Amino acid sequence: MQVPASFDYERATSVDQAIALLERHGPEARLVAGGHSLLPMMKLRLAKPEVLIDINDLQDLSYVRVEGGELRIGAMTRHADLLASAVAGEHYPIFHDAERVIADPIVRNRGTIGGSLCQADPSEDLSAAFAAVKASVLIRGTGGERVVPVAELHTGPYETVVAPAEILIEVRIPIRPGGGSAYEKVERRVGDWAVAAAGAAVWLGGDGTITDVGIGLTAVGARHFLATEAEDSLRGRAATEESFSAAAALAAEHCNPTSDQRGPADYKRHLAGELTHRALRRAVARAGPAQASGDNAGQEA
Amino acid sequence: MQVTMTVNGEEVSREIEPRLLLVHFVRDTLGLTGTHWGCDTSNCGTCVLWMDGTPAKSCTVLAAMAHGRDVRTVEDLERGGVLDPVQQGFMEEHGLQCGFCTPGMMMTARWLLDNNPDPSETDIRECISGQLCRCTG
Repeated sequence: MQVPASFDYERATSVDQAIALLERHGPEARLVAGGHSLLPMMKLRLAKPEVLIDINDLQDLSYVRVEGGELRIGAMTRHADLLASAVAGEHYPIFHDAERVIADPIVRNRGTIGGSLCQADPSEDLSAAFAAVKASVLIRGTGGERVVPVAELHTGPYETVVAPAEILIEVRIPIRPGGGSAYEKVERRVGDWAVAAAGAAVWLGGDGTITDVGIGLTAVGARHFLATEAEDSLRGRAATEESFSAAAALAAEHCNPTSDQRGPADYKRHLAGELTHRALRRAVARAGPAQASGDNAGQEA
Repeated sequence: MQVTMTVNGEEVSREIEPRLLLVHFVRDTLGLTGTHWGCDTSNCGTCVLWMDGTPAKSCTVLAAMAHGRDVRTVEDLERGGVLDPVQQGFMEEHGLQCGFCTPGMMMTARWLLDNNPDPSETDIRECISGQLCRCTG
């Protein structure tokens, strides 16, 4: 039987109150949202917070909407809600691809976007997906709010720049015309962490060249969950199988997988390349017809 | 701490430790042993019950988190002596062998059919993909 160490339980009634509770209780207090990362760790006593602050009543943090030219996802949005969100799927189908292979339908009813990002598992799928689309997160604390690019959110396994008395509020993704996105994951079974996974977002110019690209990798030790060298190789190039192949090889070369129960490092490295290639191919196919004039203004993604 | 919640339509209040899991609250504190306890790690789904209308793996929910919420367990599928069509169907179509996974499977099936009355085989397979059955595979 897995029993957590004892703790005190508080329930937050608002975002500000959650921050006040974190301030009052100090670094041994943890927020609990969906709980499907934190509670298993507590049951194994890998995490022993002294106070749990339940934020499941913060419904005003549960939303998926377009605002200020961005797709904004509230931190308390459940994985199931992001999967079901038509507006998210319309602008960034990468999120639907990724959510379909995150956990399972029942766990997705509870787990949240903010919780997954803040748990910062090195195999977290959304970390790679959000990195690929160049998302940022809004973080709030007693000192006010700040915006941090997802590429700068993680400082190591299970570590983020979110301070002990701060709360992640929402994820923001710029909406840009002429783009397509996709996610590819290999897992041993449903609900498992990835053996390797890759997400790609591509924007095309009028002549079909790649004007911008984002490639996110998870579970393979990619720095900031990004395949930066692969991205750099694609900008300004034609969107062809050859350019995808070259980018895939760079993605594979520059990641740092480790051998474990999910597979040997060379297999993961191979997957990083292959899945990058497949994600690029599908992202470009979704980018739709190129514009005649090459002027990106005014076209819906 | 004291928790109060609605379980199968009835309000219940009990004094608990914050670390008590909802699966143990339901089974041991309330005596509703229809919800089963399996892997304890949110994998097998034998502990699935409904919280505020959606299935949740109760081994990974604190009873404290269910305070003020609406919980429905497999015992509530039968109403006034009449089996839910899901229960009837599992019986008639041999949808169980040992029965260990069955409560969770039925609670998820009931939710699926409430939201999607005519699911495809793919819909069904995906919906129960987070639950394990050792007997039927």
